[in-house]
Amino acid sequence: MLRWIVWRDLMLAWRRRADMLSTVFFFVIVVSLFPLGIGPETQLLRTIAPGVVWVAALLASMLSLGRLFANDYQDGTLEQLLLTPQPLFLVVLGKTLAHWIVSEVPLVLIAPLVGVQFDLSRETLWILFVSLLLGTPVLSLIGSVGAALTLGLRGGGVLISILVLPLYIPALIFGSGAVEASIMGVNPAPHIYLLGAFAIVSAIFSPWATAAALRISLE
Amino acid sequence: MSPGTFVQLTGPNGSGKTSLLRILCGLAAPAEGEVKWNGADIRSLGEEYVASVTYLGHRHGVKDELSAIENLRISNAVNGVDVSQERARAALKDMGLGGRESLPARFLSEGQRRRAGLARLLVCNTTLWLLDEVLTSLDKGAVALVRSLIENHLNDGGIAIVATHQELELSTGRFQRLELTT
Repeated sequence: MLRWIVWRDLMLAWRRRADMLSTVFFFVIVVSLFPLGIGPETQLLRTIAPGVVWVAALLASMLSLGRLFANDYQDGTLEQLLLTPQPLFLVVLGKTLAHWIVSEVPLVLIAPLVGVQFDLSRETLWILFVSLLLGTPVLSLIGSVGAALTLGLRGGGVLISILVLPLYIPALIFGSGAVEASIMGVNPAPHIYLLGAFAIVSAIFSPWATAAALRISLE
Repeated sequence: MSPGTFVQLTGPNGSGKTSLLRILCGLAAPAEGEVKWNGADIRSLGEEYVASVTYLGHRHGVKDELSAIENLRISNAVNGVDVSQERARAALKDMGLGGRESLPARFLSEGQRRRAGLARLLVCNTTLWLLDEVLTSLDKGAVALVRSLIENHLNDGGIAIVATHQELELSTGRFQRLELTT
């Protein structure tokens, strides 16, 4: 049944490709504005690259989080999903997984390409890719809690950012830290491990929190 | 409530018909008291109870991006019930959507979308139906269709609780009317 929920959300996303593309374009444009604005100062660009790419990824994921439950809430299908004979956290996990595939994986794939603008070495681009691959599930998982809590609220989009962005800070620190370490020539592995641990912890706890928040929002 | 019972919920707007149905299906928690199913509290039964209930709210529960047939098959698959393409097509044809089952639901009219949502009643095998204002924007033919669906359901030993202002005039089943006041 989990795969049906993932399949359903992937199909819905495919039917509304424009939403998906807008997230990717936002990410690409925000990241590209920095090298254009700063000019060809390679040393400076290399220094700011990890932070810029990671912050752009955080902001881009804000764009798609509002849609995670809101569309289903409006047409009543979320109520139907709550009334399926399976634990709600599985439904949530399925929807979060689909959100990650639709909204975050494209960013992960395109990040090494936009990273070239910051004069990063091939090895650093690889670390950037790995750090985003491990870090973006955290964004989807923690973001789903915020999306569920702000469901049906007016101006929910801004509220999600205020709720969720502070919770992204550990992922941001370790994710950009890994890339920074790689630029400095230090071993980035400790950062990557901590990021992985953070991803596992959020995978265990946030579906429960999201499920509880959904029940409250729909009551 | 015993098998074959039909309850019509009536009452002025805001009297709590929807709230009562949401409490009965477990979406909302009652402020006091408890809902029992076969003698056990539905909160403790959890998924077991949910598996024997079909709730249709006043929002249709139909995705605009999906066609009627995809809506029907996916909403059932998520519930763990596999509905074949032919069965879904036949159910939608019975609901008067023959020939339009592959059209994305956003091209359907309000009443047709409602029909697409109601097609779930044809393929589900649950005991308790909770229907909230499902007759709005349906034409006479569709109302008759829903009536016969409910009659068949009651004859099979099912229970239906329906919030509606229209008279359904069922020919079978034990009819009860629950009038809510503000």
